[in-house]
Formats: sequence, structure tokens, C-alpha cells
Amino acid sequence: MSEQREHPVNKFLRMDRMPSIWCPGCGIGTTVNCFTRALTECDKDLDKVAVVSGIGCTGRVAGYLNLDSFHTTHGRALPFATGLKVANPELDVVVYSGDGDLSAIGGNHFIHAARRNSDILCICVNNFTYGMTGGQVTPTTPEPAIASTTPYGAFEPTFNLPHLAASSGATYVARWTTFHVRQLARSMRDALSKKGFRFIEVIAPCPTLYLRRNRLGEALHEMRFYKEKSVIKHGADTREAALDYRGQIVVGTFVDTRRPTWLEAMNKRMSTVLGEKFVPYALPTREPKV
Amino acid sequence: MKADPKGVLTGSHYLDGDHACSEGALAAGCRFAAGYPITPSTEVVERIAARFPLVGGTFIQLEDELAASIAVIGGVWGGAKALTVTSGPGFSLMMEHIGFAAMTETPVVYIDVQRGGPSTGLPTLAAQADMMQARWGSHGDYRLIALCPNSPQECFDLTLEAFNLAEQYRVPVVVMLDEVVGHMTEKVVIPPAEQLEVTPRRWTDKPPGEFLPFAPREDLVPDLCMFGEGYRFHVTGLTHDERGYPAMNAPTQERLVRRLVDKIEKNADKILRWEEKDTEGAEVVIVSYGITSRVAQRAVEMAREKGVKVGSFRLITAWPFPHKRIAELSRSVKSLVVPELNLGQMSLEVERTVAGRCRTIPVLHAGGAVHRPEAILEAIMEVAR
Amino acid sequence: MALNEIKIGGLGGQGVILAGIIIGKAAALYDDKHSTLTQAFGPEARGSACSAQVVIDDQAIAYPYVTRPSYMVTMSQDAFAKFSPELREDGVLIIDEDLVKPTGLPPGVKVFGIPATRYAEEIGRKQVLNIIMVGFFTAVTGLVSEQGTRKAVAESVPGNTVELNLRAFERGFAYGKELRAQRS
Repeated sequence: MSEQREHPVNKFLRMDRMPSIWCPGCGIGTTVNCFTRALTECDKDLDKVAVVSGIGCTGRVAGYLNLDSFHTTHGRALPFATGLKVANPELDVVVYSGDGDLSAIGGNHFIHAARRNSDILCICVNNFTYGMTGGQVTPTTPEPAIASTTPYGAFEPTFNLPHLAASSGATYVARWTTFHVRQLARSMRDALSKKGFRFIEVIAPCPTLYLRRNRLGEALHEMRFYKEKSVIKHGADTREAALDYRGQIVVGTFVDTRRPTWLEAMNKRMSTVLGEKFVPYALPTREPKV
Repeated sequence: MKADPKGVLTGSHYLDGDHACSEGALAAGCRFAAGYPITPSTEVVERIAARFPLVGGTFIQLEDELAASIAVIGGVWGGAKALTVTSGPGFSLMMEHIGFAAMTETPVVYIDVQRGGPSTGLPTLAAQADMMQARWGSHGDYRLIALCPNSPQECFDLTLEAFNLAEQYRVPVVVMLDEVVGHMTEKVVIPPAEQLEVTPRRWTDKPPGEFLPFAPREDLVPDLCMFGEGYRFHVTGLTHDERGYPAMNAPTQERLVRRLVDKIEKNADKILRWEEKDTEGAEVVIVSYGITSRVAQRAVEMAREKGVKVGSFRLITAWPFPHKRIAELSRSVKSLVVPELNLGQMSLEVERTVAGRCRTIPVLHAGGAVHRPEAILEAIMEVAR
Repeated sequence: MALNEIKIGGLGGQGVILAGIIIGKAAALYDDKHSTLTQAFGPEARGSACSAQVVIDDQAIAYPYVTRPSYMVTMSQDAFAKFSPELREDGVLIIDEDLVKPTGLPPGVKVFGIPATRYAEEIGRKQVLNIIMVGFFTAVTGLVSEQGTRKAVAESVPGNTVELNLRAFERGFAYGKELRAQRS
């Protein structure tokens, strides 16, 4: 009898919660797979890695990862994570969010987290639609894609998320597709070991809603499409990384820099002005039980 | 346990209510605060921003009240005691996260310095018109605790108390000031740290693996564990089981939501605080709270001069509401007079509790100023006649 | 001592509120009395008439507002015009006589004036006008103690201006004491 071996990803997952709610062919699971590989390869203490999600299909990632995890409110994963990180600076805080959650309802938090350089790794699975609620248009749905609330085709200009992140001050900005699993895992690993507001956009298929409604075939076709249309341009000017409907997908690491995080900047300012009077924040401890 | 002396500004001070709230939070051990400026509450975080770096706290001003009201929840799960502060329009924006805090049983403190509304209303003038919003503002069924100070001293005392209650019952606690109490300045005595009781967090002593993060103890409140300690636990705003896992079905909903309500209602006797004066043998009792209780006191004095037997009952906890005691009073008095700076909020709760056993006479004022004591007197005299 | 209502009026930026805080603080912290300070908050910018209201009593104060002040301090003509009708008919009006020319007062009102602006200029800082008025108020009314108010001044002004402000206080206080002696 052959020895039964556990899948290497399993130890990162809450197996008692499987199967996931994600549809067959959905790209979110692929990104989680890459993320677990990144966790394996980086030398982080996994007890100190916390995952925070908002609402939506991608918002469910937190619940499946066997880490400290928080499934928050729609659009507010970033400010939750900001509070978590400031209150417990020892944690590595990862926000996992979808395009609607992050750039529509959470758009303001996104630009401000990048501006103040909150020390957070933010992964955005961009599938161009609100999956959980049935395939509505999002700020990334390109013209003329059909969504349930744009039955005659989307027509609003879209956000170029890497550019939004970069111009708001993110210190690490990358984009991959779910076809680029090795590159994505490596990018996640690299980003985990950096500091500051780090942003990775992952272009991913939503076969049930986005692909089907636009008659774009199955997830497998989409992988072929990603392969054909992707162009790796490390260091590309993010202004040139905008996406349009079915056109070229510029991928790669666009920004990789370092500037003081919010906490570093705050500590520096306080030390400069207050000198010895400044009492830096101490990690919370467990007080004795009553 | 006793307060950490580092945060306790022991001594006598001349402080306004907003600043007294800041000191109450510091004394309680609050070391994380997030905020967004809004009149007339901003002074609370201004003082915190100045004081925190001297005592090991971190303040962050965020992009809006949505962010501030959830950043503090994040801060609590990171292990800190945390608060945010706002007023009317900001309080409206915070409602979703008050519900989130209730659902996730996060011990967190919100301060609302009430101003006239609706909408932008009267940014610099008082009202007490968020009382029902505090109780019902977030969607769904839940309970929270709301406290109503009527002086700067009580702003200190009750902010400290708010943190203690939040930790004890793992519930969001709202301190409901009004603009007058927030901005009036009086003597505030802050005792030495060793005289201040601070409720520690209910950290579990169970190891990871054995700990169910949402399994209640006998008092219906679960213990808590900190992020980063290997518990690998999950917290969600979805209906969840004792493991914290989403479980979206009617039995789980019934069990969870019923407990969220029961943990406050069944512990109400321990939570409730009020102040009662001369109610025995009274014909009329004034039920009031916040600044209105101080205006009412003048009306009470005026009525006494006219020979009316009038007592007063001041709500300190607005929520939970002292149903039992108000019901008792309704059996012995002719009427309960309820002045408030809104067009009928706590007076509805009084009326509902009294259930016709005596008269309830609301004395309502839309806010922007306080009542004329004569207006309250008139209501008292109406009964006495 | 029964309940005393005080209203201080002036222009935004003159330190009206600080004057109220000092008087209230002296009463509450150093004279073993109760005091409540309320202030009219508005969106108005510097330069418009504003006021601080202080209630002082031996007993705990319930109603926090000043309705008929028996003591009024005014530091600008605008504030005088706006607030003086509230003053009790037997009240005490305290003015900077360089800035306020009182008119139309009921005959029972006692007026005490001090050339505070001039004194402030002599001291070398126009901003200490409010503290001169506080010193003058202390001497003229006797509502708060000299020692207590001096302490409240020292505690309420920025650290590097304590000495300057105490000089202003002494100037106002001395003038008030002299004036009172002359009048009695």
C-alpha cells in the first residue's frame, strides 16, 4: 500500500472548512495556493501572520487560512488592519481583498493606507466583478463588458490599480495573473519580507459571472488568454499598465522601494520633538486574570 | 486590578467634559485611539494626541469615521484597549461598526458628543437626539451599553467605567455626552491609580486547540485570545458558531443572537446605574439624563418652593434601561415627567415601561439650547394641580 | 456666599475664555468653592464678540448657565453693547476704560474701570490685557481669593509667559485694590 501524503498546502488551510464556497475555475483559490507557497518559503513565524479580509468572494480568504484571521466589513479591511498593526506592531498583517471591496467601497481607505504607508501587504484579486452579489459592475470592469448592472455594457472609465497604488505612495507594487503562479508566489514571498504598504494585483477569472456573461468561455480558455496577452515588464511605468477589455496585460514588479512606514515616521517625529519624554508604544500583554 | 499609574493624571483639575473623557480613557489603560475631527467632540482626541506619546499610547487620525470606528476594533484584537470619538454625522457613519463590534463581541469604547441634528444640524449646539440611534442604530438585533454623564467629573468616571464594562461583557460601550457637558468646565478630581479599579481583558487560560473563541462562560460572555499567540482563530461578522466559523443557518443565528442580547439583559442588574433623589412619597418624579438632569434640578427646587412633592431619577445607563425600577416608580407616583433635548426618545422608553400605570409627560425640546427650567416646572405643576 | 453669575465678554482672540478659566479654576481648585464655566461656541472667527460664563457657588452647581449676571467684565465696545443688557440692575460692571465707554446703564450698576490696554503696553505685551482684567476683577469683587487666582494664572498660561502674566495680574490687582479703597 502506498503511503498517503498530505498535500503541502493543507497545513495552511482550515481543512474543517473545506470545500470552499468558490466556484470551479475561480481564480481566488489559485492565489491562496500561491500565498501558502509564499508562506512556506518566507521565514515568518506563522503565529505572527494575520490575514484580514473585507466582504465578497475574496473576503472569504481569511476564513480558510489557518492563521489568525479576521473577516471584517465591506471595504474596511484596510482600516481594520491599520488598527491591528498599530496596536500590535509585531504582527505581519496581510489584507486580502477583491476589486469591488478594495477600490469601490474601500477606495478611500486604499489611497490613504498607501499614502501613510501603513505596514500592510495588500493582495487584490481583480476579477472585474462583484461575484458574491451576482456579477455587478466594479471600478475595474472595462468597457464594454457586460455585468448584471450594466446589461448594455460597462462604459465608465476604470481604475488602473497598480497606478493608483503607486501614485498614492505604495512602496511595492506588482501585478500578475493566475496563470503566473510561480511569479505570483515569488512576488508574495518577496513582498512578505518587505515593509510598508505593499500592493499585489492578481488578475483572476470569475467563470460563473464575468466569463459566462461575456461569452468568454471557461477558466481554462482564460488561462490561455492570460498567457497570450500578458507581457512581463518589470519596472514599467504604472501609467502604462492600464487594462482594457481583452487587450494586453502588463505584468511584473513595477515599484520596489522603501520609505518610512507610518509607525516609523511617527516614532521618529515623537523622538525628535519629545526626546526622552517620548514613551514608545509597548506591545500589549496579558494582564493577570481576574 | 488597579490602574496603570502611567496614565493616571492624579490631582484636581479644571477640565471640560471632552478633556475629562480623554483622562478617563487614559486612566482605564486605553493606549490606542483613532479619530476623525468633528465638532463638538474633537477636543477628546486632541488631548489624547498630545498625551499619548507621553504614556506609551498611539493615536492615529484616519480618513473618515468609517475607518476610525473599525481601526479601533482592529486595535482591540491586536491586544490594546481602544476608543474613538465622534458626534452626530460621524456617529451615523459608525453604525455599521458598532454592529460589527457587537457581533464580534469586541470590547471597545465609542464616545458620541451629541449635537443638534438631523444631518449637519447644529454643529456647535447641544441635543440629546442620538439616544435611540445608540440603541437601535446598527441593523439587526444586538445590545450594547450606553452611559450618560452630566458633568466633567462624570465624563472621567464614566469613560473609565465604559472601558470596564466593555471588558466585562465584551460589548461596545457608548458614552453619550451632549455638547454642553462636553464643553462645560468644572473641577475634576482624579484619584491616585491605586484607588482606580480597572477590569482586565478576559484572556483565556486555555491553550490553543482547546479554546473555543465564542463559547460563553456562565455569565454568557466568552473569554478572549490575542492575535499572534498561536490560537489561529477566526473572527467574522457573519453568523458564526463557537469556533468562530461562519454557520449561516437558523439554529446558529438563534443561539448566537439570543446570547448577544441575553448577556446584557440577564446581567442588567449588574450593569445598571442611576441616581435617585426624594422619590419616596413623591407625587411626581422627573426622569432625566445628561445636561437636562441639571436643568431639571432647578425646576425641582422651584416646584418644592411651591410645595409639590417631587423627586428625581437620573439615568446614568440609558441602555440597558432600568425597566424594573421605573415600573416600580410608576406604581407609586402620579406621573413621570421626562424632559429631554429631542422630540421624544427616552420618554418613549419610559412610557412603554410605565404601560399606563401613571402618566408620562414628555417635556421636549428640539435642541440648540437647554430647556428653560420653567418649562419643566410647568409640566410638574400640571400634575400637581 | 450664594450663587454668583459672572459673564466675561470681549473679542475673539483677546483671551476671554482663558480669563473665565482662571477665575473658575481659582474658585474650584483653590478657594474650596464650586464653579462651572460655559462658553458660547460658534463658527465665528477671531474678532467677533464672544463670551465666557462662570457660575460660582458654595454648593454644587446644577444649572450651569448664567442667566442674569451680577458681575460682568467687558473688554470691547461690541461686547459691552451685546451683553450689558443682561447685567443685573444692581450688578457690577468691570471694563477696560480704554476700550469701553459705557452708556445707558441702569443707575444701580457699579462701574469699575481700568486702563488695562495702556498697562498691557507698558508691561510690553498687549496679550496680557485679559490677565490684567483678571487681577482687577479679583481685587474689585473679592469673589475669588488673591492667592488662588494668582496660582490659577500661573497654571493656566504658557510656561514661558508665567512671569509676564503674573506681573500683569499684580498690576490689575493693585489698581483694583486702590480703587476699592478710594471708593469705600
